[in-house]
Amino acid sequence: MRAMLRHLLHLTLLEIKIFVREPLGVFGSLAVPVLLFLVVGRIAIGSANDSDTREAAPGDIEFLRTDLPVFVAVMIALSAVLSLVTIIGIYREGGILKRLRATPVRPPTILLAHVLVKLIFTAAALGLMLLAGRRFYPVGVDAPLAAFTAALVLTTWSILSIGFVIASLVPTARFAQPLGALLLYPMIPLSGLFTPVETLPPALAAVARFLPLTYAVSLLRGIWSGNPWSAHAGDIAALVLVFVLATAVASRVFRWE
Amino acid sequence: MNPDLVIEVDAIRKAYGPTVAADDVSFAVRRGEIFGLIGPNGAGKTTTMECVEGLREPDAGRIAVLGLDPVRDRRALQLRIGVQLQEAQLQKRIKVWEAVAFWRSLYPTAIDGDPLLRQLGLHDKRDAWFMTLSGGQKQRLFIALALVNDPEVVFLDELTTGLDPQARRAIWDLVHDIRERGKTVFLTTHLMEEAERLCDRVAIIDHGRIVDVDPPAKLIERHCPQRTVVVATDHDGAADRFRAIPSATAVRREGGRHEIEGRGDTLVTDVIHTISEHRMPVSEFRTVLPTLEDVFLTLTGRSIRA
Repeated sequence: MRAMLRHLLHLTLLEIKIFVREPLGVFGSLAVPVLLFLVVGRIAIGSANDSDTREAAPGDIEFLRTDLPVFVAVMIALSAVLSLVTIIGIYREGGILKRLRATPVRPPTILLAHVLVKLIFTAAALGLMLLAGRRFYPVGVDAPLAAFTAALVLTTWSILSIGFVIASLVPTARFAQPLGALLLYPMIPLSGLFTPVETLPPALAAVARFLPLTYAVSLLRGIWSGNPWSAHAGDIAALVLVFVLATAVASRVFRWE
Repeated sequence: MNPDLVIEVDAIRKAYGPTVAADDVSFAVRRGEIFGLIGPNGAGKTTTMECVEGLREPDAGRIAVLGLDPVRDRRALQLRIGVQLQEAQLQKRIKVWEAVAFWRSLYPTAIDGDPLLRQLGLHDKRDAWFMTLSGGQKQRLFIALALVNDPEVVFLDELTTGLDPQARRAIWDLVHDIRERGKTVFLTTHLMEEAERLCDRVAIIDHGRIVDVDPPAKLIERHCPQRTVVVATDHDGAADRFRAIPSATAVRREGGRHEIEGRGDTLVTDVIHTISEHRMPVSEFRTVLPTLEDVFLTLTGRSIRA
């Protein structure tokens, strides 16, 4: 157990160093979400200021206050998952996973280290986004940041387990990113992020109820707006269930080479 | 169990669907020797080796490495063996010293990284990313990683495939050094020259079956005893003199160039004796000895390169 924790610590630190050296690694996981947040936020503020009344429309304020931070947070989580799927594909194809299996490091430790790296960068991207937000337009200042970070980490953890199922399915590393995007991004419009799930056509609403992202959005939005955790027990339960199911599937179908 | 036997493989079989990669494979590796599993690509070398390393589980048969079962006692065994895998990669942007440091951190006891890198000629590359290394440097790094836990047995799978001749020779020296330090080396190769230069004993494998096991010289003697002496001389009647040698089985002549074929250790001496006895002026003298390549051809009926 102590050896496993030591291996996990060493590997996590090593993988952070290596990820930072990737030309698109830090840019994609830290800069892109923050830029997205700032650019979309600027456009929203611009359109609000252009209105005749010189008063921001309530919808725009609502968008800035809640929807945008939640949207960017979801994008951070999804890009973490896609990055993980790609990395696992590359590691498998290059025989890195196999080479590590021939050492005393336990296979789950390798995967857990990558999950930790993704969670750390997710939290960092969120922190930067909130700092940038405070600097450029004062929305969400009153949001419970620690709780929101915890909610995003839980969300990412849960969706990452789906990432492992995808990583088990992709034939080659080249397909990892597009296939992952194809499976994950269509969840966004159904998740209630832009349109409440209740207003979707019944068939789509039924589909939405099976998507983990729907519960993630509900949890993130609620925590951001100041709801207590207890109000979202159902969302949390759904995300934990997704994690348990996906991990069970992944541990059966995951391929090391 | 015989304490001199470091690896014992007894009638293992491994199939992937309808393809039988290893079929009734048996051999033993002795302590302190360099043992080679040789054969063409797809013969079952890597499958067999990965079963011995505990990376694959054979469908049938029994394996003991240092008295341990590679699958059941995997944790204990991993601490005592060092492994280099065929065509393995590392993270593109991992630095040489980081890889060695991480591998060291995985084992309860490990040898110092710096002397190891120096010995493998990687010391001035210690800050280089893996992706910037040449093929020979990558393989030397993988040797370093295989040695980091001071293992008793080192597994090397197709170590020099894809390397230029110079890098290959450098690697051969390193493998000899490993043996000099008292370790047992189990390697696979499809290069017969490599097997002859490196291995104390070889097992020839073809279509998943072991064809024969012995030191290279003994295999050659057993399966390809014929040798050829080439002599260029303008001495009249040289061909008849050579035909009179008892150990010579055939003499071919092209101008002044004679190819004397025969078997047994005395052929070369007999030819020299004949030349000297008849005071032949000789402008060329060459012996052509069979190689493992010829042994493979004799045993399987086809060239290993095909």
